[in-house]
Amino acid sequence: MNKSMERLYNGIIKENPTFVLMLGMCPTLAVTTSAINGLGMGLTTTVILAMSNLMISLLRKVIPDGVRMPAFIVIVASFVTIVQFLLQGYIPFLYESLGIYIPLIVVNCIILGRAEAYASKNPPVASLFDGIGMGLGFTIGLTAIGIVRELIGSGTIFGAQVMPSFYEPVTIFILAPGAFLVLSMLTAIQNKVKMRAQQKGKETKIGSGCTGSCASCSSCSMSGKKE
Amino acid sequence: MSELFHVSSNPHVRANHTTGKIMGMVLIALLPASIFGVINFGVRALGIIVISVATCVLTEYIYEYLMHKKITIFDYSAAVTGLLLALNLPASVPWWIPVIGGIFAILVVKQLFGGLGQNFMNPALAARCFLLISFTGRMTSFTYDGITGATPLALLKNGESVDVLKMFLGTTGGTIGETSALAILIGAAFLLWNRVIDLRIPGTYIVTFAIFALLFGGHGFDLSYLAAQLCGGGLMLGAFFMATDYVTSPITKRGQLVYGCILGIMTGVFRIFGSSAEGVSYAIIFSNLLVPLIERVTIPKPFGKGGEKF
Repeated sequence: MNKSMERLYNGIIKENPTFVLMLGMCPTLAVTTSAINGLGMGLTTTVILAMSNLMISLLRKVIPDGVRMPAFIVIVASFVTIVQFLLQGYIPFLYESLGIYIPLIVVNCIILGRAEAYASKNPPVASLFDGIGMGLGFTIGLTAIGIVRELIGSGTIFGAQVMPSFYEPVTIFILAPGAFLVLSMLTAIQNKVKMRAQQKGKETKIGSGCTGSCASCSSCSMSGKKE
Repeated sequence: MSELFHVSSNPHVRANHTTGKIMGMVLIALLPASIFGVINFGVRALGIIVISVATCVLTEYIYEYLMHKKITIFDYSAAVTGLLLALNLPASVPWWIPVIGGIFAILVVKQLFGGLGQNFMNPALAARCFLLISFTGRMTSFTYDGITGATPLALLKNGESVDVLKMFLGTTGGTIGETSALAILIGAAFLLWNRVIDLRIPGTYIVTFAIFALLFGGHGFDLSYLAAQLCGGGLMLGAFFMATDYVTSPITKRGQLVYGCILGIMTGVFRIFGSSAEGVSYAIIFSNLLVPLIERVTIPKPFGKGGEKF
C-alpha cells in the first residue's frame, strides 16, 4: 500500500490543489465565507473526486480516446447528482448555503484534471487514493481559508463566538476581496514553510523530471514522450 | 588638450528635486486643509491625523527594518499616505480605525508590492475603501457641531437644497480634509506654483466631471448644482492630491489626459447613477488599475519615427 500513501501525501502536501496547483479557484474564492462552508464544499468534492476517479480508472480501457471528455463528464455529473440529492435530503442547511456551487462541481477543474492526468492512465486503487488525497488537500485548503475569513470577518469559528465581544468584525473578509487577500497570505505562508523545510534538506518540492502525474500533464509537451 | 572633459550619460541637466523634497512640499500643501479640518472638527481630528501618520511611518519603519531593506521613512512618502488617509476619514471614528487603515495602506498595498514606486494603487485610497467596506456604519456617519447628519452631497442627491458658499468654505459635515474646497485650492495652488503637479490630470478630471454632471445630472444648465457637485465630497482633494500621485498615474502626457477623462466619467457615473452619493475614491483606485493599459497605448513617438508618409 506504499503507492496509496504516496498518492495521499502527494495530494495533501506536495501538489495541494489549492495552494500549490491553484486549481478550482472558483469554489475556493466563492464559498469559503465560513469554515463550515469550506469544509462542506471540500468534503463534497472529495467524495465525488474519489468515486469518479475510481470509476474512470475501472473504465479506462473501455472509454474510446476520442470521446473521453464527454464520458468523464457523464460519470462526474452522475456522482454530483447523487451527492446533491443526498445533501439536500440530509444536510439541507449546507445545501442551501453552497447553492449553485454543488452542480458546478461537474466542471471543477480538479476533478477533470485528475481524471485526465491520473485516473485514465492508472489502476483503480491508486486512482481512488489519488482522488481521496487531492480531495483532502482541497478540503484542508478550503477549511483553512474559511476559518481565517470567518474569524476576521465575523469573529466566529464554525459558528462559535471566539473573539471577545468588543471585537468589531472586518466585514471585507467575508466579501470577495477578503477571499483573495486570505488566499494570497496563506499561499505565501505555506511557500515560506516549504522553503524553510527545503533548506533543512527535506525534499518536498516536485522533482524536475516529469512523473506523468501532475495536473497539467495533458497539456505538457513532456507527457507524450513518457509513453 | 589640456582640459579634462567630464563625460557622463544623459540626462545632463537635473532638477534639484528629490522624493523627500517633493513629498515635503505635498505635506506643506496639505497643511491648509488639515488645519482647517482641525478648526472645523476640533481636537479629535488632530488626534486622528497624528495616529494615522504615526501608524504609517511606524509600519514602514518596522517592515523595512525586519526585511533588512533600506529605511525610507525620511522621504516622507509614508507620512503623506498617513495624512491623506486621515483627511479621508470622518473625525468621529474611533482611534483604531486609522491604525488598521494605516497598516493596510503601507503593509499590504505599498510594501508587499515592492515599496514606493511599485504600488499599483494609491495606498491611502485603497485603505479608505478597505475601511469603508469593512466598517460602513462608522465610516459614513458624519458629525458636525454635535449633530450627526447627511453630507451636503447626500442632501443634493436626495434633491434637497444646499448652501454652496458653506460648501466652498468648508463649514459643513464630511471627512476631515475634504470639506473646504478653498483650503484645498490654496494647497493645490502651492503645488502648481512649485511645479510639483501640473493641471493636466486635475484639469481634465474636473472639466470632464463638470460636463458629465451637466449632461446627466438631471438639473439642466444649473450653475449652483454644478458648483455644489464640484465643491462637495472628495472631488477637489482627490483631483489635486490623489489622482496626481506620481506612482499611480500615467507618465505620458496624452495618457494623463485620457486618465483625467476616465476619472471624470467614472466619478460622474458613481455619483449620479450609483447608490451612494460619493464616488471619488472608487473612481481613482479603479482608474489606477487602468494606468498600465493607458500607458501602453499612449507611448509617444520618438523624433524621426513614424509620421506622415509622402
